Amino acid sequence: MDHIITLFFRSIFVDNMIFAFFLGMCSYLAVSKNVKTSIGLGLAVTFVLCVTVPVNYLLQTLVLGPDCLIKGVDLSYLAFILFIAVIASIVQLVEMVVERFSPALYGALGIFLPLIAVNCAIMGASLFMQQRIGLDPSSPQYIGSILDALVYALGSGIGWTLAIVSLGAIREKMAYSDVPKPLQGLGISFIVVGLMALAMMCFSGLKL
Amino acid sequence: MAFFSNRIKEVFLSPLNILNPVLVQVLGICSALAVTSQLKPAIVMGIAVTIITAFSNLIISVLRTTIPTRIRIVVQLVVVAALVTIVSQVLKAFAYDVSVQLSVYVGLIITNCILMGRLEAFAMQNTPLQSFVDGAANGLGYGMILVIVGGIRELLGRGTLLGYQIIPDVAYEHGYLNNGTMTMPAMALIVIGIIIWVHRAYFYKNDK
Repeated sequence: MDHIITLFFRSIFVDNMIFAFFLGMCSYLAVSKNVKTSIGLGLAVTFVLCVTVPVNYLLQTLVLGPDCLIKGVDLSYLAFILFIAVIASIVQLVEMVVERFSPALYGALGIFLPLIAVNCAIMGASLFMQQRIGLDPSSPQYIGSILDALVYALGSGIGWTLAIVSLGAIREKMAYSDVPKPLQGLGISFIVVGLMALAMMCFSGLKL
Repeated sequence: MAFFSNRIKEVFLSPLNILNPVLVQVLGICSALAVTSQLKPAIVMGIAVTIITAFSNLIISVLRTTIPTRIRIVVQLVVVAALVTIVSQVLKAFAYDVSVQLSVYVGLIITNCILMGRLEAFAMQNTPLQSFVDGAANGLGYGMILVIVGGIRELLGRGTLLGYQIIPDVAYEHGYLNNGTMTMPAMALIVIGIIIWVHRAYFYKNDK
C-alpha cells in the first residue's frame, strides 16, 4: 500500500511528464491557450493513459517478455510496434466516444484528439513502464503489478493535467502583459514552462 | 541538373532556416528538450531522426497511391515504428552507452510530431525524390537545433564539449564556476525559448 501511494505522488510531482521528461510537449504548447480546452485535453490524456498503460503492461509481461510466449525468445524488440498499435486503436475509440457524447468538446479539441495517438506522453508512459518493470522492487519507481501500472498511469495523467491547466491559466493572464513582439506566443510560453519546471524541482527531494 | 532543380533546392533549404520544424512549426519539441543536456546524445539523436524522417517519407511517398486514406495513419505509424525499431537495435549494438543515455527517447521518435507532420503534409502529395529530400532537410533542421541547444548546455553546464574540456583551468582558478542549472531539464526550455526569440527577431526584421 505504501508503495502505491509513493508511486502515485511521485508520478504527479517528481516524475512529472512535462517538467521532468518533456513528454507531450507539442500538444501541451499548442492547446494550452485557455483553461477550458486545457482541462479537456488533460482529461483525454489521463483517460487514454489509464487504458493504454495497463493493457501494454499485460502485453509486456504476458507476451513480449523473455520466455513468455516461446521458451528462450525475448520479443521485447517488437514493443514499439505493438504499443503504438494499441495506443492508436484506443485513441480511435476515445475519439468516437467524445464525438458521440460531447460535440462541444470534440469541436474544441478539433485536430488534437487524433494527435493524442502521437502524443509522446502516452507512448512515453508505456515505454517508461516497460523500463520500470526491470527495476529493483524496493525502488519507489518500481512497477510490479497491473495495479501499479494503473496507479502510475493515473498519477502521470493527473500530473500532465495539472501542468497544462496551470500553463493555460498563466497564458490567459499573459494576454494582458507587455511582451516583446518576437517573444510573443511560443517564445514566452517556453520560458514560462521553464520557470515552472524550476519551481517543480523543489519536489524532487520529496520523501513519502 | 535535374536533381538540383529549384523545387528540390527550396524543399531542402526552407526547413533549415525560415521554416525550421522546431522553432517555427513547434514540432518534435519533446525529444529536442530531453536529450540535449550534452552534445553527444544530441548529435546521435539528430542523425537518427534525420535517417528515419528521410526513409519514412520515401517509403510513404512510394506507397502514397496505394494506401487507403481511411487507414493511412496506421500505415504511417507501422512504417515509422519499423524504422525506429531498426535504428534502436543498431544503436544498442554499436553505440550502447549512447543508447542507454537516450533511454526511452529513441522509442519516442515514433511519436515525434515532425515525422507524422511531414508524412501527412508532404509525403502524401509529393514524388519520392522530393519527399526524401524534404524528410532529410527537416531532420537536419531538427538536428541543428539539438546541436545548438546541446552545445550551449554542455559548454555552460559542464565546461566541456563532447567530453573535452573547453573552459581553460585558468578560468576556474580565477573563480569561474560551471552553471549547474544548465544541466537540469528546466533550462532546456528556457534556452529554446531564447533561441526562438532570436530567430523570430531576425526573420521579422527581414520581412519588414
